[in-house]
Amino acid sequence: MSMPSPAQSPSSSRVVLSEADIDRALTRIAHEILEANKGSRDLVLMGIPRRGYPLACRLAAKIAAADPSVSAAAIAGQLDVTMFRDDLQRQPTRPPYPTALPAEGLDDKVVVLVDDVLYSGRTIRAALDALVDLGRPRIVRLAVLVDRGHRELPIRADHVGKNLPTSSVEKVRVRLAEIDQVADEVVIEDWSE
Amino acid sequence: MKHLLSTQDLSKADAVRILDTAEEMAAVSDREVKKLPALRGRTVVNLFFEDSTRTRISFEAAAKRLSADVINFAAKGSSVSKGESLKDTAQTLEAMGADAVVIRHWASGAPVRLATSGWIDAAVVNAGDGTHEHPTQALLDAFTLRRTWARTNGTASAGTDLSGMKIAIVGDILHSRVARSDLWLLRTLGAEVTMVAPPTLLPVGIDGWPCTISYDLDEALAKRPDAVMMLRVQAERMNAAFFPSAREYSRLWGFDDRRLAALDDHGLSDTVILHPGPMNRGLEISSAAADSPRSMVLQQVRNGVSVRMAALYLLLSGESRSTARSQADTPDTVPAAAGTAPTEENAS
Repeated sequence: MSMPSPAQSPSSSRVVLSEADIDRALTRIAHEILEANKGSRDLVLMGIPRRGYPLACRLAAKIAAADPSVSAAAIAGQLDVTMFRDDLQRQPTRPPYPTALPAEGLDDKVVVLVDDVLYSGRTIRAALDALVDLGRPRIVRLAVLVDRGHRELPIRADHVGKNLPTSSVEKVRVRLAEIDQVADEVVIEDWSE
Repeated sequence: MKHLLSTQDLSKADAVRILDTAEEMAAVSDREVKKLPALRGRTVVNLFFEDSTRTRISFEAAAKRLSADVINFAAKGSSVSKGESLKDTAQTLEAMGADAVVIRHWASGAPVRLATSGWIDAAVVNAGDGTHEHPTQALLDAFTLRRTWARTNGTASAGTDLSGMKIAIVGDILHSRVARSDLWLLRTLGAEVTMVAPPTLLPVGIDGWPCTISYDLDEALAKRPDAVMMLRVQAERMNAAFFPSAREYSRLWGFDDRRLAALDDHGLSDTVILHPGPMNRGLEISSAAADSPRSMVLQQVRNGVSVRMAALYLLLSGESRSTARSQADTPDTVPAAAGTAPTEENAS
């Protein structure tokens, strides 16, 4: 391209997870969470905006389906990490998203952080800081739909939908029906020129 | 948005963004740990050339809840009383590392001068200048009204505006920067505004303002406003005979017990009363009205901290104030081209 500005569209893109793949991965993660926790006791799923929250709701629904003693709405919440990011001064201003805790709060709970893509790990570091101000969970775990590597901090996921080895010129796009109004998919876009 | 100088040049999108951000800030104020690390390492200077209690304390609380360092400067007892100019004072403060200057000044236009003259690089927030504007007061009034309006309509307030809300602003319009800022902002947000005052307390040129004018408070109340905003009678600016006596003012334009009862007679169960404070009880508002369940005075003070947190956050975060720019691709963060306004969804 002759334009000095960033490319407007990727040079190529491929779908790596389809709607059915995402659903299967989430079903597996839901059962892994139940297994690791030996049941649904004290479980709270905190989704990180934007796409972590619908994923947390879906996981909560699957956990509620497997264990009728819990209600999905009572264990899913949203955790905004905007104010805790380490790149606030380097990025355009981001308006914060709502934080919504389940009615019972986070104290002595097993909190599973849920996000769509795990990359540098900086979002999760911010999430851990945000959690400290909201309560004192007994255990904090991490579930992600896609782990694409390139970690910059000593953080790892406990539950992973799919490990995607990527190069850093690629972008991983997660689209979810709840937010993007299209069928669920995970796409790798190649932005090299 | 680099400065917050007036509500007249505030777009609707920016106004709604500030109010939505303030909703999230309000949620923080309800938590056990009422602090966010967003402005750690930033310095906010409160530069007050005019007396103020709630605005200065509110800005101070807002900056501290965002982890910024706060320097309070009052003109009384400073070098200003030795004749130091605004320029020298501002440049001195910037040399000490101020990232934002919150200024209140008796001269209309002082904040604009500070922001546009090139004297300093810091973000300037107008905390009231002369009889010109007081934008954060208007934003907190709009925030309070938006919550009331959303409750009346049975919706969530995030992302909404004030379309269709009828608001009466009553009292000393002539000297009131709050009335001016409120009018511009409430109109931007879609509300209908009626100004109610004695003719002597209306400014020249009010015919060009986007509001209706009434000289009779009882008549204005009969038109079923959704909110009544009482303004303070500014005794320090009453340098002429604007009305015959305090008793007459109170009887004709004060929100007294009789008018409080009239709201019930009109069947206006959702109508609220606002006052920017400090109140002259018994003059523009009676104690019964100020302490009634309709009174939003304390909510306004509480919301003031949230709105000022939102304004400081939106002005002081972001790459525009930093030379370094991260090239890191962070797909797990908010994409800009997501379509809808951020806070409309996920609210649970």
